[in-house]
Amino acid sequence: MKTIGLYIHIPFCIRKCNYCDFNSFETLELIPEYIDALKREISNLKNCGYSAGTVYIGGGTPTVLTDNQLFCILNDLYKNINIAKNAEITIESNPGTLTLEKLHLLKTLGVNRLSIGLQAYQNSLLNIMGRIHTVEDFEKNFGAARDVGFDNINVDLIFGLPDQRPEDFEETLRRVLKFLPEHISCYALSLEDGTKFYKWHKEGRLDLPSDDDERKMYYKAIEILSHQGYMHYEISNFALPGRECRHNLGYWTYKEYLGLGAGAHSFIDNKRFYNHPAILKYIESIKTSSSAIADIESIPEKEQQAEFCFMGLRLLRGLNKGAFKQRFHKEITEVYESAIEKLKKQGLLEESHENLRLTALGLDFANMVFMEFMP
Amino acid sequence: MSIPRERIRNFCIIAHIDHGKSTLADRLLEYTGTISDRKMEEQVLDKMELERERGITIKAKAVRMIYKADDGQEYLLNLIDTPGHVDFSYEVSRSLAACEGALLVVDASQGIEAQTLANTYLALENNLEIIPVINKIDLPSAEPEEAKREIEEIIGLDVQNAVLTSAKQGLGIKEVLEAIVKFIPPPEGSNDKPLRALIFDSLYDSYKGAVAFVRIMDGSVRPRQLIKMMSTGRTFEVTEIGILNPDMQPVDRLEAGQVGYIAASIKNVTDTRVGDTITDAQKPADKPLPGYRKAVPMVFCGMYPAEGEEYEDLKEALGKLQLNDASLFFEAETSAALGFGFRCGFLGLLHMDVVQERLEREYNLNLITTAPSVVYKITKTNGDTIDVDNPTNFPDPAEIAYIEEPYVDASIMLPTEYVGQVMELCQEKRGTMKTMEYVTEKRVILRYEMPLSEIIYDLFDQLKSRTRGYASLDYELSGYKRSDMVKLDILLNGEVVDALSFIVHKDKAYSRARQITEKLKEVIPRQMFEIAIQAAIGSKIIARETVKALRKNVLAKCYGGDITRKKKLLEKQKEGKKRMRQIGNVQLPQEAFMAVLKME
Repeated sequence: MKTIGLYIHIPFCIRKCNYCDFNSFETLELIPEYIDALKREISNLKNCGYSAGTVYIGGGTPTVLTDNQLFCILNDLYKNINIAKNAEITIESNPGTLTLEKLHLLKTLGVNRLSIGLQAYQNSLLNIMGRIHTVEDFEKNFGAARDVGFDNINVDLIFGLPDQRPEDFEETLRRVLKFLPEHISCYALSLEDGTKFYKWHKEGRLDLPSDDDERKMYYKAIEILSHQGYMHYEISNFALPGRECRHNLGYWTYKEYLGLGAGAHSFIDNKRFYNHPAILKYIESIKTSSSAIADIESIPEKEQQAEFCFMGLRLLRGLNKGAFKQRFHKEITEVYESAIEKLKKQGLLEESHENLRLTALGLDFANMVFMEFMP
Repeated sequence: MSIPRERIRNFCIIAHIDHGKSTLADRLLEYTGTISDRKMEEQVLDKMELERERGITIKAKAVRMIYKADDGQEYLLNLIDTPGHVDFSYEVSRSLAACEGALLVVDASQGIEAQTLANTYLALENNLEIIPVINKIDLPSAEPEEAKREIEEIIGLDVQNAVLTSAKQGLGIKEVLEAIVKFIPPPEGSNDKPLRALIFDSLYDSYKGAVAFVRIMDGSVRPRQLIKMMSTGRTFEVTEIGILNPDMQPVDRLEAGQVGYIAASIKNVTDTRVGDTITDAQKPADKPLPGYRKAVPMVFCGMYPAEGEEYEDLKEALGKLQLNDASLFFEAETSAALGFGFRCGFLGLLHMDVVQERLEREYNLNLITTAPSVVYKITKTNGDTIDVDNPTNFPDPAEIAYIEEPYVDASIMLPTEYVGQVMELCQEKRGTMKTMEYVTEKRVILRYEMPLSEIIYDLFDQLKSRTRGYASLDYELSGYKRSDMVKLDILLNGEVVDALSFIVHKDKAYSRARQITEKLKEVIPRQMFEIAIQAAIGSKIIARETVKALRKNVLAKCYGGDITRKKKLLEKQKEGKKRMRQIGNVQLPQEAFMAVLKME
């Protein structure tokens, strides 16, 4: 049976954050209908012949759902698709939407990994971001999560925020470390078109840290977290040994995945397809044709190779040359000979016996590396 | 060809850009039935797409019309079109020499412009009868009486014969035709004398070869006759002669006074140079017609394919353009920064722009052009004098005794309220004022002696912006003068970028150096390391800017749903990089090369 990663998208938030360009909406009144559609999509999985090695419920904010809605989805999932015995089952959450009861329910329903979006440890910064929660909400719920038995918790952080000083971020890191989460993600803020931050930046209203300070924060994260025993295993991700996010590792090692819900992407049999991102369109498509696929794209081999490389190189251990050969029946060093040599010379890439990986400099200029692998 | 010489009229139209020359020509062709309305594309005479778009005429052409006048007689009217731009004033003078009369078209709302004035003087020198045509009288802002007064006061022409028209609305067309018949004298010349035909234009036809457009001044010409080009002595056998109707239409004989074309299996337009005299090879004329000179390129620049593999295409395209343009010069050159390309010579800036645009548009080439340069005469300490049109060939300053640069006499015509600004501009451009004439109480002609290099730099643009488009400029080369010129080099991280070097007056070197380094700082994207942009004269650095190092170029997030989007982003970055030029370890965008061309 084919093992895939299963992703379920919950495109709702109580309030859209000022930096966020994800597929998420504040139209909470659509949730019941959406859940019905999602359940229908899940029921289509019956007899699909796949087994889910990992499940990831992301958003949006999956924890805006009621206990009953969460129950329905997970219950339907177990009924319709084979889920590996040792599967990693993650749910994303906002500290402002968690309660002890909800955490307890999630744990009972088999969710074994909790991802908490904290972003920063200063309420002033949370306010600028338009987050609906406080630092105190996080503290309370992290404790509650531990209490109900979550032993695999991720905390999401953002650096390079407006008004954020390197000291603020260092404080964030140190305070979070006190909770001993198994996994920490540190994302550099990027200003995406269509967000409030983007608009404010254009209007000159954001006081963003200098490039030097932004990099300082990144280096600080690497330094502090490594020192505390976290492995820096992907450009923006850190984990205690053995606690890397298995679902995301699937993306980076170019494994197959299936996405359910509005705007969710899938990659199976070298085809990439995705559902309609708009909620109503998604609901209606499911209702009328029981599928919501908006487009399917067949990925030519040249592009598969490029994707394999630029995803794999995100991992600090690099991409496995053997895995490339196994998949494409060609040596990576032959396909990308000149690019690899050039990047090595530039000090952006290094090669070991088995792997090809970014150097420390390459971490800052990863796009310049990835670019060279584009067809 | 039954119309006798007494009823032939050869004339041209003198007008400023946009004053309505082409529209008037169209109306004349329509009225005389030379072209049926349906066949009539707007502005038949401006054949090139580019000409039509810019509303200017680049190459002269001719067309004949039959007009039945009020006196009941049929007249043969030959309209010889003239190019309307300063770069082509020599071609204009040859077109004028082929005519007995000219229509001076003046926009009733704008009055006379410098260019028109210059061409009118040329026409008067050629003893042409001039008929003022006050056009665009339909415009609410038209002031025909004011325009007439200007013509009278500036040129001293009698405006009694002036015709009022609106070419756009077809008003006054018949009156223009009657005036041509009545006031322009018929051509002189004798069929019995040896052949003398003045070439006023030529074009390359893939079947006929180089075709000369001529006015027969003396004698006659027939097919299979042996002819000789008087400037080169080369002989050819006539394969076809004809008239322009307006398309080429073969005839048996062209006689004195007539206008037509001669084809003689001539391989190259360099053998049908404008101004040359064609004579009978067996019975040659004693003397050629006066006024022939070879058009010499005055402005040079490097043209490089933006993508190296287009070199051969560029070479072929330049060759094709040259087939029709004897004044276009090019030869291969190499630049360390830009690779293989061509050094190209032009009559002037417009000529350069036109060639560049045709290469890009008609031949689909993506070009990088280096800063245009005039031809400097450099006398070395060892007594040798060399012509330098390329900064790369600028000798070591220690070997230079003195440098001379080309100067022009420039006439600028403008409304009086801008005189202050324009004088200031001309002073900045190292001009020396010769005279200032009040044409009317509202308009002035300023005459300056000025270096050509200043004109080709940005004088046109500056003049336009400082007078809100109301000034017009004409100039002609007046000679060479000693000047204190230096070569300014641009260095990126210590390495000279040859394609960015240029020759500049010493007093301007500092300000230009500062402007350019600042501009380069704007257009060069930040890279993994700091980039020092320096401007230097010899080994002396006179300006410096720094492009700070890029600190990162990385996507923070990439998960399953992002791949397609992020891939597109990376593809775009790669595309952008492809268009960059590698100078040492620095990636230089194409815009960097534009930075030295123009300053805003």
